[in-house]
Order: sequence, then structure tokens, then C-alpha cells
Amino acid sequence: MATNADNNGLRPDPDALLALADREDRKRKRGRLRVFFGAAPGVGKTYAMLTEGFTQQAEGRDVLAGVVETHGRGETEALLAGLEMLPRVKAEYKGHELLEFDLDGALARRPALVLVDELAHTNAPGSRHEKRWQDVLELLDHNIDVYTTLNVQHVESISDVVAQITGIPVRETVPDVVLEEAAELVLVDLPPDDLLKRLREGKVYVPRQAEAAAKNFFRTGNITALRELALRVVADRVNTEVCVYRQGQAIETTWPTSGKLLVCVGPSPTSARLVRAAKRMAASQHAQWIAAYVEAQPFSPSDPRHNRVVQNLRLAESLGAEAVTLTGRDITDEILTLARARNVSSIVIGKPVRRKLLDVLLGSPVDELIRKSAEIDVQVIRGDAPGRPESGREGTARTGADGRAAPPDLRGYGWSLAVVAVCSAICSAMYPFFELSNLIMVYLVGTMYVASRHGQGPGILSSALGVLCFDMFFVPPRFSLAVSDTQYLFTFLIMFVVALVMSRMAAHIRRQAKAARARETRTLVMLSLSRELAGARGAEKLLRIASRHVAELFHCRALAFLPDAEGRLKEHAGDMAAFNVTPKGESVAAWVFANGQPAGLGTSTLPTSGALYVPLAGLTGPLGVLGLRPETEGALFSPEQTHMIETLARQVALALEVERLESESLHAQMEAETERLKTSLLSSVTHDLQTPLAAIMGSADSLAAVGEALGREQRRTLAVNIYDEAERLSRLIGNLLRMTKLESGTLKPDLQLQSIEEPLGSALRLMEKHMGGRKLTVDIPADLPMVEVDGVLMEQLLLNLMENAAKYTPEGSPVSITARGDAGGLEIVVADRGPGLLPEELGKVFDLFYQGHAAGGGRKKGYGIGLAICQAIALVHGGAIRAENRAGGGAAFIVTLPTPKRRPVPREDPAKDEEAL
Amino acid sequence: MSSDKTPVLVIEDEAPIRCFLRAYLESQDFRLIEAESGEEGIGLAASHQPALILLDLGLPGMDGLEVIRRIRQWTATPILVLSARGKEQDKIDALDAGADDYLTKPFGVGELSARLRVALRHSALSAGGAGDSAPAPVFRCGELTVDLAARRVRLAGQEVHLTPIEFKLLAFLVRHAGKVVTHRQLLKEVWGSVREDQAHYPRLYVHQLRHKIEPDPARPRFLRTETGIGYRLEDGETN
Repeated sequence: MATNADNNGLRPDPDALLALADREDRKRKRGRLRVFFGAAPGVGKTYAMLTEGFTQQAEGRDVLAGVVETHGRGETEALLAGLEMLPRVKAEYKGHELLEFDLDGALARRPALVLVDELAHTNAPGSRHEKRWQDVLELLDHNIDVYTTLNVQHVESISDVVAQITGIPVRETVPDVVLEEAAELVLVDLPPDDLLKRLREGKVYVPRQAEAAAKNFFRTGNITALRELALRVVADRVNTEVCVYRQGQAIETTWPTSGKLLVCVGPSPTSARLVRAAKRMAASQHAQWIAAYVEAQPFSPSDPRHNRVVQNLRLAESLGAEAVTLTGRDITDEILTLARARNVSSIVIGKPVRRKLLDVLLGSPVDELIRKSAEIDVQVIRGDAPGRPESGREGTARTGADGRAAPPDLRGYGWSLAVVAVCSAICSAMYPFFELSNLIMVYLVGTMYVASRHGQGPGILSSALGVLCFDMFFVPPRFSLAVSDTQYLFTFLIMFVVALVMSRMAAHIRRQAKAARARETRTLVMLSLSRELAGARGAEKLLRIASRHVAELFHCRALAFLPDAEGRLKEHAGDMAAFNVTPKGESVAAWVFANGQPAGLGTSTLPTSGALYVPLAGLTGPLGVLGLRPETEGALFSPEQTHMIETLARQVALALEVERLESESLHAQMEAETERLKTSLLSSVTHDLQTPLAAIMGSADSLAAVGEALGREQRRTLAVNIYDEAERLSRLIGNLLRMTKLESGTLKPDLQLQSIEEPLGSALRLMEKHMGGRKLTVDIPADLPMVEVDGVLMEQLLLNLMENAAKYTPEGSPVSITARGDAGGLEIVVADRGPGLLPEELGKVFDLFYQGHAAGGGRKKGYGIGLAICQAIALVHGGAIRAENRAGGGAAFIVTLPTPKRRPVPREDPAKDEEAL
Repeated sequence: MSSDKTPVLVIEDEAPIRCFLRAYLESQDFRLIEAESGEEGIGLAASHQPALILLDLGLPGMDGLEVIRRIRQWTATPILVLSARGKEQDKIDALDAGADDYLTKPFGVGELSARLRVALRHSALSAGGAGDSAPAPVFRCGELTVDLAARRVRLAGQEVHLTPIEFKLLAFLVRHAGKVVTHRQLLKEVWGSVREDQAHYPRLYVHQLRHKIEPDPARPRFLRTETGIGYRLEDGETN
């Protein structure tokens, strides 16, 4: 890096500049956080904050006092009087009424700056956020600046150091990342003597019940130590700022290119201490750090150790670590593989608390790690063994060390007793015929069986029992534990060792297989999810698939929420009954939807909810929310699972987004098509409506105005003209109405079994006078099969075809209507001897608003509706229509109809009829 | 109030329609009584005792069908319904509820006058005590002659052989010559039932009948199809 900078004439590193610009940008959009930081209560942080707030107000900024604890101090109260106070909200908890900061009130009020005292405060249970610092982060997210106060003892990474110094445990802590987020850290300092003086004068607020503790706390030694800590935090911070500035200025940095730190975490409560220690080490080295947990045997979600592991990993994450969960048989190997892959320079593990004997027997993971670590430093800190519960390394611990046997394993121990009993029975049957060295084999087989089926504990129990029984029943002297020949003691030892090794191996294989299976299931589910999502259409279906897979993969009930038309979230797909959405759950989901961040169970937002809610965030914004309620009530999801859930949610959101975009483009396409239809309808109809209307109005007006002056014949002509034009209008409107109904699909044909002669007869009667001298011939065989048609629609179809023929053929040319039918269907042909159709027209004439080629030369054009109606009618009957040019000239329109499923009823008996007549 | 003019009640909410009905009907020696709503129409029907009622089915307020039911509770005065195209089911319901005939809007005055004549004649026949039980007359329409008493049908002088059901069907149509009869009415009168699975019987027998009495069954001259509603036997002379 140094050489690089030299070569480039000390130009700033563009990447560093970009990162800096990005950070500045984010800070600007986010609202700035200023922390008034002190060593102990009473140094004057609140006063300093109010003074600064007041100054800002004087400069014209909109300042709101969100929550300020004056503790009855006069000068502080006087300052506060000049500021707008936000009323606090009441919260009930265990009969006490608590007054809390009104986050929603502050957000609704939208000031430029909010003063929020005591950043480390814990909110009343049931509040949106567990901690006040989360409220502050939300304010910053909404681009509101915040001033706040904080004591050094509440900084997460040094809280345990403070506890060590003062002897008082610190419960309320603020993650270091929040402090790092602060744009400015203002140190409010007061020399220890002055602080103690203030305390003596009663200027420092001391709660009565904590008086003794407080007295203990306010000792010169303590305060000096805390002051030093506070100064160091601020100094570190200044140091970092200088470094950031230098990067931006391309000043050659002395930043140590330190590698990464890796801390091994387990389910033990002492792991938390290990995590904090690692954070301090990482901070002092300006190093990134990883918290790793090796899952050698998965805990069931109901096991308290499961949640402890999750909490420890989460603590590490909140302190800025990357949390990693590994699955593997050998902790040492897994840790070292990760360390090498991630270029870790230093591994931090806890001191083993196990008895030495077990280490000798089983090998110590710490020793192993140190031996195999080669170039990586290993730092052993007071804590616990890496990655494993103190009781978890081997099955022995379950029964031995802490006597805590998990209930499901009792069955395994029962089995080991039974197997040993069976082995003893077999051996006693074999005893007369076999040597003792062979009998021990039977016990070995039994031990192997137990170890492979029920794990290490039962395996070792059965090996011990086997040795005892072998000694008791078969080694002379029989039925006594005494051993006559000392060489049998060696046999016992060998057998015990063999049993131990075998059971360990069997158990390892079993665990490995189980872990591999779990991994495989996960991969398979992910794979099949993405495949199914890719194949599915429709939001409903996508969400159903996603819910099912998520439920399967994470052993939970899943429910997807989507916004309705008004933007309110509604349960959409998933197991609604089992999920049991409470109004509270709904509000959590709504918050997640609005803020685009996970909330609920296991998160720091609304953690009292029984389910985890993750946003389905698309590129254009939140699309919905996915809720997961673990099958075991209250079981947390591990950080790895949480990340996987989020990955999955992204995948689902992506699929939803694609779906939405597709439907939007389809919608747009349809709208464009509708628009086009409307336009062409309007242009064609306007002309065709106006012509007859003009004729009607003109004729009627003439009759009314000059009727008296006209001759009788002229009046009649005008009246007939009105009638004819009105009839034409009526037909046009009828066609339009029918077309609309057919197009919208609301028209259900009233199918009746009948002869085609019926609708044809009516159509002929209506049409014949409009044929204008064209000769109409009808040829329908008497034995034509019946058809199942809607008489009104069929009449319309035939009318339109005849009208079409009349319109496009010269007067006097013949038009023929023929019908043919067989078992396959019925065919009706309306044929003319006109000019015919252009070849390219044949497929298009049935399109709506296709206006026929004026082949007749100067004849009027059609509306482009008639034939479209014919096609629609043929289709609703399950038939079809096509156009052809006839040999010898002219066009033919052929309608095909299916034969009915129902057969006509049996006719009357003709013999009987004749008789009756 | 001149008593020689036949009173006709028009129940129609559209003024332009009433206007042309008035112009035409008064020129044809009818006296018009006008009502704009169903309620008003029922009241006028009771107070004025019209010879015929023209009823628009698409009335605001009281449904036209309801008006027919109310009027039919106390009088057999012929009712002609006026209805828009595409509302075939409304017409069938009206006819089955007791209306005598229908006209589809828009209609010409020629059609109107023919319907009025037929309705008034049938009304006069039943009022004169003749009705269905009267000695069966001989019906003539063009070349078709139906002698109900002799159960004999002739087409252009040629004897036509009909099955009993075909004859029963034709006889019913002759008795209602000029008026529309619905499929349902045919089914009820000829087959004595209105079973859903027999709904197509009338169509089948009309088809058979046409092939026996119509010179060109595809262009029926006597037995017309009222598409979507039923059939109408062309009006002839009865004696």
C-alpha cells in the first residue's frame, strides 16, 4: 500500500474516498447522533446536552426534548423550561406505571433534533424496542438528529471490566456499534474530587433503594478507574477519526495490517465473557473478528443450550463480529479450516474447565488446537472449552460429570442394559463349549450395536456393564467380582478400551451422517424451493410454496402477509390456523413492512412476540412479510438460520417481484389493446351512427317544418326514410350490445336441442326483404341431425352472414344456404357469387373491427363487427367458422357445429298413431 | 266519453313511446288511457275497465311481471307486453305469468295493430262463451285447413296424416292462432307436464309437423318460430 501510494505521487485511494463519501452520505441522510459521554453519573452530561440543545434552538433549529431526567436538579430544570417537551407514554408493568419515551410521538412530530437522555435505558416490557438505543436508531433512520447521554459503564465491550472494577454488575448496556454510529462523541469530564463533592452536596441523584450500592460505587478509586476508561474510549475514537481522515487525505497510514481474530463460542454462559474479551482485543488491534461455533451435535430447539449458543453468537454480532456456525465432527479441524480460509491471525479460546482425567483419556481440544495451529496464534482465556458444552464433548459427561442426562437418552441406557442381559444369556449358553476369549466377543458385538444405535453414553455403559458381567459370570471364580488370574485384568482393560474406541467411532459416524443429512436436506429444500418458485405463477401460489418450504426447513409454522389494495397487510398464504396471528403479531408484521427490517422473536425489535417476521423486500420496496413461529414455543433461530431465512425471503421477494412486473406488463398490454379497440370502435361507430342519425333528423325536421307544403307521396318517402334509417341504427346497436356481451364472457348460451331450420327460418323471414333482389336458395336435407344451439344467437349468426353477403355482392347475384351433417357434426355454408375475398383477408375477416375490403367497388364498408359476432357465437357453441373463396368465384362462410351429446327422444309409435287416427 | 271507441290502457314510462302510440291508436279508433307506473296502471285498469292493456316490462318501481300477476288476479283482459330485444327470458316469464302476447321494441305499427286485433278477437271469443269448449270451428290459413271437429288436416286439398300428438299440438296452436305460445305452455297443454328432461319435445314435434304441413319447412309460412320464446301460428280465418 505504501509503495502504491509512492508510485502514484500520493494520490488518494479512490476506493477509500468512495467509502468515505458513502459514509458521509449515509450519515447525512440518516440524521446525526451526538453522544455526551461521561465516566459516572453526576458529571453533568444532561446539563451539557440541554445547554447544547438550547444553543441549537437559539440558532433556529426545531428542538424537541424527547426524554430528559432532571432528577430534581434546579439548574437543569431551568434549562428544560425553555424547550418543547414531548409527553411521555404510560406503560403498565407488574402493577407499576412506567413513563416511557414516546417514539411514535417523536416520529409524528418530526423535529430536526431530539434530546434523548440515558441511551442505555431499558424500555418497559411490551414496548416496540427492548432498549432506548434502538428507539434512537429508528429516529436516526427517519433523518432526525439525536443528542443523548451515556456513561462509560454501559458500553457493552467494557461493561464486564467495569463490573470487575466496581463489583457491581452492569445490566443495561449499549452495543459498541451504536457508539461507532455516533457522529460526535463529546466527553463530559469532572475531576473525581469535584464529583465526590457534588455527591456530598446531594447534587447527584441517588435512588434510595440503591443507596448502599451507590455509596460503594462512588469511591475515589472507582471513579478514577472509570474516568480513565472513559478517556480511553474517547481517545480511541479520536484515533480512529484521525485514521479515517488520513485515508481520505492519502496521508500514509500507520494502520496495522492486522489479520482477523477468531473466537470460539459455546453454549456456556462464560462464553459471553470470552466474546467481550475478544471484542476488546479486536478493537485494540483494529482487527475484524469472527465468532465461531462448531455444532458437533445439534441441540434440539427445546434444549436451553440451543438458545444460549444463539444468544452468545448474537452478542458477538452486536459487538461487531461476524457470527459463523460450523457443522463438523472435529472441532479443532473445523476451527482451523475456517481460520485458514478467512486468514485469521489469532484464535481466542476459553480455558477448559474439564477434569484432567478426561483430557488424558479423550484428548484435550485446546492442546490439539495449539499443536495443530502452526502459524496462527492461539490465546487461551479464562472461559470454557471451545465450541462445546462443558458436558458435551463426549457422552461420558452426560452421565458422569454433571449427572445431567437428557431425557431422550434414557431409552438408550435401557437398551444397553437389555443388550448386556441378552449378551450374558448368549454367553451362558456358549459357556460350556467356547473359550472365555470368544465370549468377550459377544459383549463387544453388543457394545458396538448399542454405541451405533444410541450414541456414546449408552455404548460406554454397556461396555462397562459387559466387563462387569463377564467378570461376574464367566471369569473364574464365577459369580464373584474377584479375579483368580491376574492376566484377566489385562483382558478387562483391553475390552474396556476397545469398547470405548468402537463406541466413539460408531457415534462419530452416526453424528457425521446426521450432520451430512441435515446439510443435504437444507440444500435440497433450497434447491427445490428455487425450482418450484421458478415454475410457479401467481403470488398466492408462490407464497404457498415458500411457506411450505420455510416451515419444513426451519421446523416452524410459516405465514406470508401481503398488502391489500389499500396497502394494509393481510394474511395471505400459509397455515393460518396453526400460526395463530394475534393483533400484536399483526402490528409487528406491519412494522416490518413499513421499516423493511426483521422484527419479533429473537430480534431486538418487539422481541416479546412469539414469531419472527422478516420483510419480503423487492427492488422497488417491501412486497410483503414472512412470519415464522417455531414449533417449540420461544425457541430462537440461530444467526445462521436467520441469515438463511433472510436469503430465502429475498429469493421469494424476487420471485414475487418478477411476478408483479410480469402481471403489470401484461396489464399494460391489455390496457393498450383495450384502448386500441375503443379507439377503432369509436371511429367506426361515430361515422356509422352519424349517417343514419343525419338522415333521420333531416327527414323528421323537413316533415315538421314544411310537411304541409309537401305532397302526400313525398311525406310518405320521408317517413319511410326515417323508419329505414332507424332500423339500421337499431341493428347496429343490437350488434354492438351483443358483441360486448360475448366479448365480456357474460353471455351464457341457452342451448336447446332443435333443428337448424328453426333459427334459419326466423333469420330468412327477417332478412329476405333486405336481400335486394339477390336470389336466396336454401338446401337443407330433411334428415339433418338436430343440434344443440341457442336459437337467438344462431339466428343472429345466420342473419349476419346473410347481411354480409348482401353487403358485398352485386345486386341480383345468387346467395345459397346449405347444410350438411353427419355423426361428426353439422356444417352450414352461406355462399355467394360476389367478388370473393383477397387471399390475405381470409384469416382476418373475423377480427373485431376489421373493415372489409370494398371489393364491390364504391360500396359502403362494414363496421367490422358482424363477422366477429359470428365467430364469437360459433365459439360459444363449441364450433368454428371459416371463410373460403369458391371455385368459380365468390366467397363461402362455413360454420361447423358439434353434434349434441343427447340423442332425441324416441318418437311415437307410428302404428299406434295411425290406429288412433 | 264516446262509448264506440275501444279503451286501451298503456302503462309505459317513456313519453315519446306513449306519444306515438297515442297518435297511431287514436287514428285507429281506440281511446287511450295512459299510466306512467305499474301502481297507477293497476288502479286505472280497475277503474276504467280497458279492453286491452299495453304494458312495458321495463318500468321503474313496480316490476312489470308483478303488474301482470296483480291484474290477472281479477281480470282476463288481454295484456300485450312491450320489451327490449335480448330480454327473451323476461318475455317468457311475462307470457307464463298470464300475458297474452308481446312486442319487441323497436316495433312497427303494422305489427302492433296485428297483435291488437288478434288479442281483442280472442278476448271477444272467450267473453262470448265460446272459448276452448265451444264447437270446434274450421281453421283456414292459405292452403292449410284444419278441421278440429273432424280431426282432419288438409294442405292444398291434400289430406295430411298426423300422429295424435302432432294433431294435439296443431289444435292447440289453432285455438291460439295469431298469438304466441311458449315452449312451456305447449309442454303443459300437449304433454301435460313441464318436466325439465322433456323441454325439447315441442321443438322436436314442431319440426316433424312443419315437414308435414309446410311446403318449404326452412321458410315456414304457417308455423312461425318466435326465436327464444316459442311459436306462433299465422292468423287465419275461423268459422
